[in-house]
Amino acid sequence: MTGKLRTGKLSRLLLARRGGASWHWTDVASYAYLALGVLLMFGPVAWLALSSFKTPAALLEFPPSLLPMAQSEVSVQGYPQPLPLFRVTMEDGSVRELAQVRRVGIVAQMVDPKEPGQTIRVPADRRTPVRHMALAVENYTDPLTQFDFLRFLRNSLVVTVVATIITLVINSMAAYALSIYEFRGKSLAMLGVIGTLMIPITIILAPVYLVVTKLGFVDSLWAVILPGAATPTGVFLLRQYMLTIPRDLIEAARMDKASEWRIYARIVMPLSMPALAVLAIFSVMWRWNEFLWPLAVLTKTEVHTLPIALNAFQGELQTQWHYLLAMTVVTLLPVALVFAFLQRFITSGIANTGMK
Amino acid sequence: MKRTAWVAGCALALSVLGSAGIPALAQAQTTLRIMWYSDGNEGEVMNDLLRRFEDKNKDVKIVLDQVPFKAINETLPVQLASGQGPDLARITDMGGLAPYLMDVRAHVKDAAYWEQNYGPFLQWMRVPGNTTAIPGYMTQLTVTGPFVNKTLFEQAGVAMPGANATWEDWGKAAKAVADKVQAPFPVAFDRSGHRFFGLAVSQGAQMAEVGGELKPVDDGFKRAAKLVVDWHKSGVMSKELWGAVSGTAYRGANEEFKNAQVVFYESGSWQTAQFDKTIGDAFDWIAVPTPCGPANCSSMPGGAALVALKTSSHPAEVGRLLDYLASEEVASEFYARTLFVPGHIGLAKKGIAYKSASPQAAAALKVFGDAVGKLDPVAYRIQGDPSSRIVFNAAISRLGQVVVGETTLDDAYQRIASDVAQQIAERKKKQ
Amino acid sequence: MTDTIRSHGAPARGPSAAAAVTTGSANALMRLTDPPMRAVQRLIGALRMPYVFLLPNLVFFGLFVFLPIGINIVFSVTGGTALFPSERPYVGAEHYARLLDCGSYLEAASCREDLFWRGVGNTLTFTVFQMVAMVLFSLVTALVLNRPIRGRGFFRAVYFFPVLLSPVVVALIWKWILQRDGLLNAVLTTAGGEKILFFVDPGWAMFWAVFVSVWAHMGFYTLILLAGLQAIPRDVYEAAEMDGTRPWRVFHRITLPLLWPNLLVVLVLVLIRSVQVFDEVFVLTGGGPGTATMMVVQYIYTTAFANQVQNFGLAGAASVLLGAVLFVLTLIQLFLTRRRAS
Repeated sequence: MTGKLRTGKLSRLLLARRGGASWHWTDVASYAYLALGVLLMFGPVAWLALSSFKTPAALLEFPPSLLPMAQSEVSVQGYPQPLPLFRVTMEDGSVRELAQVRRVGIVAQMVDPKEPGQTIRVPADRRTPVRHMALAVENYTDPLTQFDFLRFLRNSLVVTVVATIITLVINSMAAYALSIYEFRGKSLAMLGVIGTLMIPITIILAPVYLVVTKLGFVDSLWAVILPGAATPTGVFLLRQYMLTIPRDLIEAARMDKASEWRIYARIVMPLSMPALAVLAIFSVMWRWNEFLWPLAVLTKTEVHTLPIALNAFQGELQTQWHYLLAMTVVTLLPVALVFAFLQRFITSGIANTGMK
Repeated sequence: MKRTAWVAGCALALSVLGSAGIPALAQAQTTLRIMWYSDGNEGEVMNDLLRRFEDKNKDVKIVLDQVPFKAINETLPVQLASGQGPDLARITDMGGLAPYLMDVRAHVKDAAYWEQNYGPFLQWMRVPGNTTAIPGYMTQLTVTGPFVNKTLFEQAGVAMPGANATWEDWGKAAKAVADKVQAPFPVAFDRSGHRFFGLAVSQGAQMAEVGGELKPVDDGFKRAAKLVVDWHKSGVMSKELWGAVSGTAYRGANEEFKNAQVVFYESGSWQTAQFDKTIGDAFDWIAVPTPCGPANCSSMPGGAALVALKTSSHPAEVGRLLDYLASEEVASEFYARTLFVPGHIGLAKKGIAYKSASPQAAAALKVFGDAVGKLDPVAYRIQGDPSSRIVFNAAISRLGQVVVGETTLDDAYQRIASDVAQQIAERKKKQ
Repeated sequence: MTDTIRSHGAPARGPSAAAAVTTGSANALMRLTDPPMRAVQRLIGALRMPYVFLLPNLVFFGLFVFLPIGINIVFSVTGGTALFPSERPYVGAEHYARLLDCGSYLEAASCREDLFWRGVGNTLTFTVFQMVAMVLFSLVTALVLNRPIRGRGFFRAVYFFPVLLSPVVVALIWKWILQRDGLLNAVLTTAGGEKILFFVDPGWAMFWAVFVSVWAHMGFYTLILLAGLQAIPRDVYEAAEMDGTRPWRVFHRITLPLLWPNLLVVLVLVLIRSVQVFDEVFVLTGGGPGTATMMVVQYIYTTAFANQVQNFGLAGAASVLLGAVLFVLTLIQLFLTRRRAS
């Protein structure tokens, strides 16, 4: 009896779907695991967002401050510019807030804002800056005003939307042919799909460039939209899913004199919605984030997509980190928004696919 | 939802197709395209200057396509090889791209002005054997050289080596300072073959051709390589720069220097503007003359040129534009506002008034300006050699492996020689 | 069994207005496309219709996959730096000989193209570790999420979120955290530890490459496995519990076999991704320290683009070799899948 009870509890750890009412250590462990997951998954992105509001100088600090900070400044009588404020540990151990006039080597000349007449010489390592929270909004506003951001956004949207639609249509048609029919050359076609499943575009970049040039697509968005439209992964996923559609449905439709196209469009496509949703998500992600290939074929500013524009902050010798981080956040925003609104749809879509 | 997507998609697609046709309908205007990369504010400044050119030349429209450096370095050569490309581009690998550059000598007003002021640099942009082509001008001349964190020296109470100090002197002093103030990087070099040659030239590296074959690994090269490897072993240099990434990947120590973690930083003139802006009052930094080796005290020159490309079908307009940009007045404004060392002999002699620079930055730029005068002819020749980047890349990628202990110096010498020989042989294969 | 979970048109649920619009536009599209397709079918017969369905995809495949692979093969037997195949001199198997010229295949340093073999070795290491870690973590997470926990939808979303980030962004985020003066070292020093230079130590660099990759993609695989777990009928477990079967045994004899199809999909996808990995790791570690995380795709990319002499021939030969290996791998996998299925 006891043995069986123990089994029941333990089995819940591995298998349970609906547990009992009271807390068990496995519940605690599960929640601890999930809490850690939240920290690990969201933490880094939150850190990126916080860092993007820091000034270039603040980005370099160690240890980094959690929130974006900037040094406080005060206007002191007799000095035209506002002076930076420091907290200084004096010789006698007392702590005063002083404004710095200038620093020469390891000695700083400071002044008390309340008694501006008299300068005080302080060893530079005795002072720590007084700081307040300040968002470096210029990290965002500078690039957004300097670049035609809306155009890049539009280009990225066009590429993503058009390419995803083309991908969904032609991939689902191919998957339909490969899953429902028996025909000569089917194995060869399957081999072609599966054989190219693993070929990354990176290694055939130069030949694809050659083909696109010959077709006259260079510097048009079609150069980015078309080459990646027929994805072997998409065909593979959709076909695996369509294989599970009951043949009786199709046979019944044929009895009703439905055309093959109608069967595809009105029966198979709606039944494949979950798999199509998964492919759509993937396609959107691929296209939105694509960098290497657009960089090769899109040279004119008016056809640049967001990732290219973003990387313009990487020069030969210097990377303007503050801009790069801020613009990374900007490109993340649409993804985050889409996800926030559609997350239930997306995750349950993948879950429902089953993908067998 | 699907319908909205369709409608949106179609509308966007149509608008793209539509907008592609519009420029053709506009008035008879020549559009020139410049492919441009930026390290700092130079894109902004160039845009300003171009707008002024357009005001004076109503028949020309200029588009500055700002791209990542990666596009200039990796995809522009592919485009040029396939007959595509913009009208002009800002490039750094002048020797390598020389065959694709257009000679605008016939389209500039005063070729003598060009020869006089850009002469030595024009040679970098010409294919071997050619001595007359004018393909473009230098938007920026760079010279390698060290920055020193003066405050750290003061805190440690160590005296700074004097004017004709050797690399070894600086290494010793920097290590002493770093030990006292606990700075993690006594000496830092950018991870770049070009910077390595800033040291190697002073050690006597020649990169000479012997019997029609390039000999990258000579005694001077070996002396420099050994020094660098020894410094890594004794902790004068940190593995974090040369060891941390692979192949030809560039890695600078500018962030570390700005954070006061580097005592002696061998980089170059282009860092000045950035240091001026971000270090602020945190510590005192200076540029010092390149230390000496057994051969000389020379730096390596380098830089970026704005060049005309053979793919352009408007040579006259390109010539007019280059004439404008390379004129003393315009070039001077460009160098001054970007805090670049001038790649213009006349201006270099006169000196540029860097109005926007702090005294610290102006002093540093003066040091680099003087370094230009002290460049050894060998350094000029190496920079202009069409195979220089092959050697730089091979050197940095193999020495990086030595630094982390993946291979030995002797093996690296052999690999560098064979890497270089193989690539040059591959380039020579023609049908 | 599959049928029990496949929810017919489940995602279409939602505001009925949207559903009406969808149906409306679908009807309109159908009226537009059906007549011509019907005509085609009458012309060529229903038996040849699959070719029509296959055609558009095949055209794209042909132009942008098969043709480039063909050009790559031409590249691999020609030399020089020209891009047009017609301008490249024939060099025979020279590039292949160069790649395969090794003193010992187990020792990269003995090879003429040592970097290629280092890349191959690193990719293998990465693939093995990544597959183990990915399957392990996504399985554990799926098992936890399969329990009766509150807020399952939220947690599912949390794990899935990074899947949507671009590889470059993922690498940038983590590089920012792992660098010398990054967040992690700040935490370590505050806790009294020493700073660790993660990107100077080959072991750490590989560890983080795998870690970041798992971080970014495990959410997707978790969902696939979770779907499989939820498809397992409860009564199977209840029966096992009645019989007093030990939990590990239940897991081994019931859960794993029933989950196998999903696991297989995960394994295939992870394998494909691992072998192709490039930008993620490259942005994170730069392939270093030394060449410790330089993947074979990075070698190919560098040879073709990053070097001053763009050696399409050598890169082409390397990619043909890689492609051949990948093809064989896929066939083996396909064979295994078939056997399992039957």
